[in-house]
Amino acid sequence: MSDVKLTGIAKSYGGSPVLTDITVDFPSGSFTSLLGPSGSGKTTLLRIIAGFITPEAGQVTIGGEDVTRIPVWARNIGMVFQSYALFPHMNVRDNVAFGLGRRGVKGAEAKRRVDEALEMVRLPGFAERLPKQLSGGQQQRVAMARAIVTGPKVLLLDEPLSALDRRLRQEMQVELLSLQREIGVTTIFVTHDQEEALTLSDQVAILDRGRIVQMGAPAAIYERPATRFAAEFLGDANFFAGLVEGGAITVAAHRISAPGLPEGREVTLAVRPEKISLDATHENQVRAKVLNAIYAGANLTYLMEGPGGQRLKVFAQNSDGVILPNGAEVTLSWPAAHTILVEG
Amino acid sequence: MKAFGRVYLCLLIFFLYLPIGVMIAMGFNASPYYQLPFEFSTRWWHELWQNAELLEAGKNSVIVAIIVTLIATPVGTAAAVALHRREFPGRNFLRVMLLPPIAIPWLITGTAMLVMFYWSGIGRGFHAMLIGHVALAIPYVVLVVSTGLQTIRQDLEEAAMSLGATPLFAFFRVTLPLLTPSIIGAALFAFAVSLDQFVISYFLATPGYTTLPVKIYSAIRKGFTPDINIISTVLLLASMALVLIYFIFSKFGAKDVRR
Repeated sequence: MSDVKLTGIAKSYGGSPVLTDITVDFPSGSFTSLLGPSGSGKTTLLRIIAGFITPEAGQVTIGGEDVTRIPVWARNIGMVFQSYALFPHMNVRDNVAFGLGRRGVKGAEAKRRVDEALEMVRLPGFAERLPKQLSGGQQQRVAMARAIVTGPKVLLLDEPLSALDRRLRQEMQVELLSLQREIGVTTIFVTHDQEEALTLSDQVAILDRGRIVQMGAPAAIYERPATRFAAEFLGDANFFAGLVEGGAITVAAHRISAPGLPEGREVTLAVRPEKISLDATHENQVRAKVLNAIYAGANLTYLMEGPGGQRLKVFAQNSDGVILPNGAEVTLSWPAAHTILVEG
Repeated sequence: MKAFGRVYLCLLIFFLYLPIGVMIAMGFNASPYYQLPFEFSTRWWHELWQNAELLEAGKNSVIVAIIVTLIATPVGTAAAVALHRREFPGRNFLRVMLLPPIAIPWLITGTAMLVMFYWSGIGRGFHAMLIGHVALAIPYVVLVVSTGLQTIRQDLEEAAMSLGATPLFAFFRVTLPLLTPSIIGAALFAFAVSLDQFVISYFLATPGYTTLPVKIYSAIRKGFTPDINIISTVLLLASMALVLIYFIFSKFGAKDVRR
């Protein structure tokens, strides 16, 4: 298996930059999600790794080999497209065997490997069907089998699950992950679904306007977002801004402290909605008014107005069956350790 | 309202097919002057086989149409693929400029070609007529093939390339098979445009070389016999058969293309 390295990648369309100075390392056998809103450049980055787009600057290496100038068909990659892109005039076997044929694998050997790949995606016995005779989930599996059957150095996934309904998507996530673990191929996965990125990845790279704003393990990014954008895009967050005096900021007479605050500086602090309790058990405390309670069975989401007039979001477990009425005044509290200093 | 619609539709089809029906029937009428009462006869079939000029014109028409189809279809298909799948400067301009020739009356196109061919030294003759026909047929081919291309997702070729296929291989193995129904439809269009072409043939062919429409035109001026009806009937049935074949093909094609 091979690692993928990008060094100083830049690309622009019609003078406006789409990617700026992307330097990132995808370790051998790892599963990395490129997460970002539409227009963040994540798909462009994936297509540069695939070889569909040549970057204006920078270098792409796969397994130590510089492939920046090598066209897509000579890169030995596997790719799964958002639409699956199965060849409609070929049956499942011919679809999966397509890449093998290009590598000169034919006859009995090709048949054996196609059957093996279909076995791995749990579609044995579907080889003679046409794509249009398959459900969305089955088509997705065929696309997967087609991408891995050649033993590619890197597997590129362009939002492959976004066309599936929620339940099927969760099922496919589990299968995708176990398949990836089984074959151990370096995998790069483009998604705009933050939950999907957290569930699947060894590491997540968050893209914003053509730059990687943060990269790391899912838990590290979720618990310690570096920027306001990262905090908002990956999960929900409440923000408090103020001047640091005596190790805390003051928001409408409430003191909010966090580890490592720079004295005398204007800062933005973030806190995750599930870290907040609806009582005064922790050291950071504010008074807030309930604007709306969104009931979702097992849990509740409260939209509140904070002491500075800011909107706050609080998640609560429905453990006692109590729903606070709109307009109720409550004290919210959370540990200083879960208060995160973020950029801008 | 529903009944009105049905009557309207029946009338429409009636008036479309009535002249054709009359033409076919008169081919089997014994009278050379289209006189009634109708008297069944296969006399004009025999006359047709005697009429070397008419047969020659019919043969010329079919040969020209086949050559035009063989040239215009690949050229037009290549143009459509370039206009839809490749990026190059002036692409949008070319795409737009291909369509107006369809709307320009053939009489004007024919006159323009005559003037241009004289001026440029291409002159008149079989080659000039062929150029004219091909030029007229290409926009139709581009139009039909482009419509077909739009139903084929571009990421199919990308998928093929990601699996190790060169762009050329991806085109021939993936796009072309899916495009076949459209290409057949385009070829039929090119064939029909050429077969039907009167003005260009009349203006550009060397005197003495006649295609069927030109022959029919001059026959009408001189007074003609029902063997014209017979050869028209034969051509009519042939082109209807072609259209039916196309329908069968395009139906199968559409089923395959949709996911």
